[in-house]
Amino acid sequence: MRVGLFVPCYIDQFYPQVAVATLQILEKLGCEVVFPLNQTCCGQPMANSGFASLSKGCDANFVKNFTDVDYIVSSSGSCVLHIKEHLHDKNKQQASFIRSHIYELTEFLTDILKVKNIEASFPHKVGLHISCHGQRGLHVSSMTELVAPSFSKPEQLLSMVKGLQLTLPVRPDECCGFGGTFCVFEEAVSVKMGKDRITEHNANEVEYITGIDTSCLMHLEGILKRQGSNVKTIHIAEILNSQLA
Amino acid sequence: MKTQDHAKAAEAFIKDEPRTDWHDETLWFIRTKRDKSVHGIPEWEQLRQWASDIKDHTLSNLSNYLIEFEKNATANGITVHWAQDAKEHNDIILEIARGHNVKRMVKSKSMLTEECHLNPFLMEHGIEVVDTDLGERIVQLRHEPPSHIVLPAIHLKKQDVSETFHEFLHTEKGNNDPQYLAEAARQHLRNKFIESQLSLTGVNFAVAETGGFVVCTNEGNADMGAHAAAVHIACMGIEKIIPKAEHLSIFLRLLARSATGQPITTYSSHFHKPRPGQQMHLVIVDNGRTKQLGRADFKNSLKCIRCAACFNTCPVYRRSGGHSYHSTVAGPIGAILNPNLNMKENADLPFASTLCGSCSNVCPVKIDIHDQLWKWRQEISAEGHVATVKKAGMKGMAFILSRPGLYRFSGKMGRWIMRKMPFLFRNKLNPWYKQREMPKAPAKSFRDWYIKNKKS
Repeated sequence: MRVGLFVPCYIDQFYPQVAVATLQILEKLGCEVVFPLNQTCCGQPMANSGFASLSKGCDANFVKNFTDVDYIVSSSGSCVLHIKEHLHDKNKQQASFIRSHIYELTEFLTDILKVKNIEASFPHKVGLHISCHGQRGLHVSSMTELVAPSFSKPEQLLSMVKGLQLTLPVRPDECCGFGGTFCVFEEAVSVKMGKDRITEHNANEVEYITGIDTSCLMHLEGILKRQGSNVKTIHIAEILNSQLA
Repeated sequence: MKTQDHAKAAEAFIKDEPRTDWHDETLWFIRTKRDKSVHGIPEWEQLRQWASDIKDHTLSNLSNYLIEFEKNATANGITVHWAQDAKEHNDIILEIARGHNVKRMVKSKSMLTEECHLNPFLMEHGIEVVDTDLGERIVQLRHEPPSHIVLPAIHLKKQDVSETFHEFLHTEKGNNDPQYLAEAARQHLRNKFIESQLSLTGVNFAVAETGGFVVCTNEGNADMGAHAAAVHIACMGIEKIIPKAEHLSIFLRLLARSATGQPITTYSSHFHKPRPGQQMHLVIVDNGRTKQLGRADFKNSLKCIRCAACFNTCPVYRRSGGHSYHSTVAGPIGAILNPNLNMKENADLPFASTLCGSCSNVCPVKIDIHDQLWKWRQEISAEGHVATVKKAGMKGMAFILSRPGLYRFSGKMGRWIMRKMPFLFRNKLNPWYKQREMPKAPAKSFRDWYIKNKKS
């Protein structure tokens, strides 16, 4: 199985360790992973700001990069959702193939690779932040608003990690307030939302906050550091890739 | 009226953090009540689908159902009026009031009349209008607009209400006892009901096949008004129509549970015809709704039954308050309805969201609210209602991000500057840094690592 690794721009630039972990997990699980070297960004920052018309260059570049793979996998629910919903290109066939073959890491592990066992150990108290685009967009977990059976792909995977003690905040699927450019244009609300998430995780005395989206975690990390907190943020890929002690 | 955009107003609201927390928790409590009540209904999602289908069908056949409704209502003895806009709506009501020499009238909750600014219009013409919904009366006394369509005074604490009542109803200063305050309002409103010559109500559902309409209240104030006055005027937007009475069995179950978590509103009053000696008028208003109906991407926003579940669940609304939306209908639904009426004035509203999608999930008629927020953003930027700086920034970003070489160069430079000259980012001009630290800038990108470690 040939997997194209899509590394969102801000992960490439600021959180390379998340992409390394993603790549290593996929390889451990037997995938042939390729990283197309000329990839940049999914175009979401422009599109969500009302400038979808300006993201055509990103679309074209994305389509050009991700050819000749069976699946495309990424460690960002939000960027994956953007590609699924909004990737369009002159090369319609390839764009359509990408839209239907791109997966966020945890859904790829549970739904395509059908992982039953992960050799990982993370003996810590961890709070799970459920990111909105992964949850309400990609349906990686059930949603508290809907009357439907409960499930969670990230929790399913985290339950396989040795020593990990998982907790959920009181409001298990409230938004953290990152919201792309919302985080700067609506700075006050954005930060207040983030602080409120952190307060709930603190009540659970977590050592780490994890999630499937580095963007949410980057926002929470920024607030945690400003607060002088000892709580760290960590992407789920890094936990799933952590070696047995 | 807009005095500042949402982000600025929200920032001012959040300055009082304990009060923001109280506002957030109060509304979250209602969201929780809603969850409890809907999780007791196994067929909840089916009900939502049916309601959505009925509304879609009705909107696609709206003119037929409106005509059917008018015919049946007229046959019942109701006088039906048509108003193209807010002005026509207000003029019609003034004319009816003058025809009966009305000096005093009562009104139960009607967001449509708020939207049309009916109260100030009638008062200018010498008619006393008293809002009889308790929350609405409180904000009316304070000369404030409602901050929530179901809970108009949700931004106020009991201390605020006590001060307002002390000033206007001469209650004891500093007496914050809710029962005492409610009793004072009751006595005050009782007199207003008795003195009133005309009663105005809103309409929750107008049934085409019967020509009747349903008004839902928890306080019974619509009934008190309508039963006491010689003239009853009900005002409705054209989208309030449902085809059949049996459809109420779906909508009434959805409405109250979504709004407050109640199984049903305390009073669901069915009006079919005037009682002997009474006059009953119905004003059907367009006021921009047909324009919205003509917008393919936004048409189904007219399915809204005004339950405000999207307000209560919205993490942004809960932390910014209804007034920050500078519109009669605030919250996520307001953010997709208001740009239709005035795109420039409301250009900030679709951006007052993280697109988290919770609004669409709680919506009892399955409006794709967060997708419409995204689509409005595109319309608004295409129409040029986005700040020049933001537009230039987006253009610059798009230029860089569509050129792999330039992206890598900029990334490397950016990270280098962040490491060597952190003060460039750690300052007041950077909104990220105001309350958050910057992420660490590593020396090497993932791509650098990959080339060094993996590429063969």
